[in-house]
Amino acid sequence: MRISVGAVVPGGTSREYKTGSWRDKRPVIDEDLCRKCGICESVCPDSAVHEKDELYEIDYDYCKGCGLCAYECPADAIQMVREEK
Amino acid sequence: MHTTEVLEGSQAVALAVKACRPQVVSAYPISPQTHIVEALAGMIANGEMDSQYVRVESEFSAASVVSGASAAGSRSYTASSSQGLLLMTEVLYASAGMRLPFVMTGVNRAISAPITIQVDHQDTVSLRDAGLIQFYVESSQEAYDTHIAAFKIAEDPSIMLPVLVCMDGWILTHSYERISMIGQEEVDGFLPPFRPANFLDVNDPKTWGSYAEEDVLMEFRYAIHLAMQRGKRRIKEIFSELAGITGRDHGGLIEAYRTEDAEVILVAMGSVVGTIKESIDKLRSQGRRVGLIKIRCYRPFPFEDILGSIAGAKVVAVLDANFSMGSEGALGMDLKAKVCGRPGAPLVIDFVAGLGGREVNEERILEIVEKAEEMERFGLPLDESYWVGLDPDRVP
Repeated sequence: MRISVGAVVPGGTSREYKTGSWRDKRPVIDEDLCRKCGICESVCPDSAVHEKDELYEIDYDYCKGCGLCAYECPADAIQMVREEK
Repeated sequence: MHTTEVLEGSQAVALAVKACRPQVVSAYPISPQTHIVEALAGMIANGEMDSQYVRVESEFSAASVVSGASAAGSRSYTASSSQGLLLMTEVLYASAGMRLPFVMTGVNRAISAPITIQVDHQDTVSLRDAGLIQFYVESSQEAYDTHIAAFKIAEDPSIMLPVLVCMDGWILTHSYERISMIGQEEVDGFLPPFRPANFLDVNDPKTWGSYAEEDVLMEFRYAIHLAMQRGKRRIKEIFSELAGITGRDHGGLIEAYRTEDAEVILVAMGSVVGTIKESIDKLRSQGRRVGLIKIRCYRPFPFEDILGSIAGAKVVAVLDANFSMGSEGALGMDLKAKVCGRPGAPLVIDFVAGLGGREVNEERILEIVEKAEEMERFGLPLDESYWVGLDPDRVP
């Protein structure tokens, strides 16, 4: 397939590029400790944390495992767990 | 209708830019670029020019504004010098990669440290690999004409790259010259409105410069190179189309000046070319076979045209108003890379001349010619560039 001039592509196509495989640790939310403050969602550089049913869930298709959410969580409700195959 | 006025070089450029009807102008002031952008800001504020002037807090932002405006489908213009051009650099590489065809003036000034405001080409030459088309001008008249051509060249569908028009700070921007200008209707006839195939549109969102992995990045880089190489013919056509309107032909990618039967050929760009032409006329009147190649278009590098003009010469002396630390001047390296290994190729010697405003006068040009002749006669290629007018006693 020929490339486009200036790498111009239809908007939103980055959704097709899943970056979850870059991760070596995954954030896991302890729902009992979570205060639903939403800081994790606001600090995620990949917009991979979303509110759902009054809780927060992580989209592992895009989470690169940077750990910002765990670092910033005031309730220590997010643990980074090593990925294993 | 053509008009003639005595104008400062900066005003001539501002009037050329105005005539091209850019929709967005954004710049951050830095000497010696200031008079150009002040003139544009004044004309916009006074309602003489229908553009948006976006004030910014840095050159990085100025480049970002024109890059974004260009992506939105607006004809855009910026200008800078020295450190300002360096601060724009990251954005300029990205803009070339996204194939955004704005025009900018690089008002040449040396780079700090030590701090200086004097002219040389280190700033714009540092941008040679960014993917910008680069022109260098000899006079303010040529600056006026080249800016008008620049928008058409940048926006040509087969090119689509930013164009940097380089002019020597102070020597051109702050001196007065008789400038002949073409009428607005002639500029409008030459330069139609900017209508890019892709532009930012909320109803049809697109991404510019999308992610490219190892399977495709090389092809994107090669596509820029190809647009430049194929653009050479188009640039010449556009220059000659404009020459038909202005009645002034500055040449194509290069101007060969008295190169026929020349044994020594100088290669230079920028305002120093005027002094070299005077010197050559004097040397020719003494029967010395000396000629000049003026580089008008530095990127794409017009080696085909240069090789055609230096074929009969014994020695080529390149004047570099820049230097790549630990190596040589950039123009010298460019030419050596293309000449080296060709049968019967002349000797190419790199002369570093005019850094930080160091004067290059007829005496120095004669020194360059004689040094080049001497090197050729004794068959001794210099291991190092020859620094013209350098005082070694002052070097620590």
